[in-house]
Amino acid sequence: MAKQNLELKATSFTLSVLYINNADLDIIAAELDKKLAQAPHFFLGAPLILNLSALDDTPVDLASLRSLLIERQLVIVGITEASIPFSVQAKDLGLAVVKSGKQAATAKIPPRGTKIVKQNIRSGQQIYAKDADLIVFGAVGNGAEVIADGSIHVYGALRGKAMAGAGGDTQSVIIASSLEAELVSVAGQYWLAENLQQHCQAQRGCVRLEGESLTVELLP
Amino acid sequence: MAQIIVVTSGKGGVGKTTSSAAIATGLALKGKKTVVIDFDIGLRNLDLIMGCERRVVYDFVNVINGEANLNQAMIKDKRCDKLFVLPASQTRDKDALTKEGVGKVLEDLAKEFDFIVCDSPAGIEQGAMMALYFADIAIVTTNPEVSSVRDSDRILGMLQSRSRRAEQNLEPIKEYLLLTRYSPSRVKTGEMLSVEDVKEILAIDLLGVIPESQAVLKASNSGVPVIIDQESDAGLAYSDTVDRLLGEDVPVRFITEEKKGFLKRIFGS
Repeated sequence: MAKQNLELKATSFTLSVLYINNADLDIIAAELDKKLAQAPHFFLGAPLILNLSALDDTPVDLASLRSLLIERQLVIVGITEASIPFSVQAKDLGLAVVKSGKQAATAKIPPRGTKIVKQNIRSGQQIYAKDADLIVFGAVGNGAEVIADGSIHVYGALRGKAMAGAGGDTQSVIIASSLEAELVSVAGQYWLAENLQQHCQAQRGCVRLEGESLTVELLP
Repeated sequence: MAQIIVVTSGKGGVGKTTSSAAIATGLALKGKKTVVIDFDIGLRNLDLIMGCERRVVYDFVNVINGEANLNQAMIKDKRCDKLFVLPASQTRDKDALTKEGVGKVLEDLAKEFDFIVCDSPAGIEQGAMMALYFADIAIVTTNPEVSSVRDSDRILGMLQSRSRRAEQNLEPIKEYLLLTRYSPSRVKTGEMLSVEDVKEILAIDLLGVIPESQAVLKASNSGVPVIIDQESDAGLAYSDTVDRLLGEDVPVRFITEEKKGFLKRIFGS
């Protein structure tokens, strides 16, 4: 087979990130000279990413910033965590706008579906809504379990166990027409019936996480 | 085509066999050709309640295994010629009931009868599952107390997931609540759950309320279905239940405390 002239492969590299925390280029230049003087060879020709998160609302000319760095033998490959005007400038200058691995992971929230169950959930039955919210048109009996990676809505009495945010989503909530549950849990934080009863007696309400602990909000 | 009714509960001792006998007899007295089958293999009771224990020759398991035919095994009731009993085997266990075997017997019976009443054993094992699998109508027998209600809820879950109608995505089994051993005076004092409480938890239609009655034990011990005793409130309540099952609109009786008359207070009831 003939050798391909082009190949596209994904590879990860570790790059140094230079945080620009001041909009005044003279100050930046002075500080940079001081840093380079400490270890002149360390930064020589090193590829750098500029983190511009501190410059959100201060306009800085990216081109002059770049030439300032090039003069000092630094290679700028791109910028990260920058506001939109910077991204536009970077595009004109042929610089990449990159997202760190951490940023990319948090930004990517998988789309969540909805599972609807149009019947009473009886004792011994278990319903799991994977990567979805769960909506029950009916009651959840004692001894029944409803689990969802998202939120749980019960249009009836919730008497069994309800576990929302099973995948760790702390924004999930449990809403029921009558909260009489044996157990409610949001992202692993749970209350047994007696904890729940201290806050709510078979009323319509919403259980959610506030910081590290659960809270009930009564609904009209 | 016959309607298959399962009388079930999950919990034992709530009155499944008493109710099966009474409802089957009631249907037959109304002119419907009815057979009542005892699914409690190994703990045969229905024949005693029906008063035909001395006439058992062949049983349900014999028919399933092809050792006898239906006409040999079915016992014709002495009081009502529209009523037949298919007794359970006392010497076998529940594993003798197979889906194919039970299905075949019910299919054969369906050609001949208007109603097939299946008296389920307690529990949620093989026997109970076979009794409810082919059902069109379920009568969930419940006592007004929390453990019975919980077990009934479990059985309702089974009816919705493990029955033939559920597996084949047909119209679901029609579920009815039969509340037995109801005592209005104890409901009033808060010792017992009320009809409304049970209805709210189970969320199914109420078919009947049978009051706690001395007549039930007396009837069982003498082998006469309590519905025959039309002097007793339990017998009357079962008659109402059968009427409702046949689509009549009958008000529910015996759910409020009876005011004792002057003479009754002196002489007792």
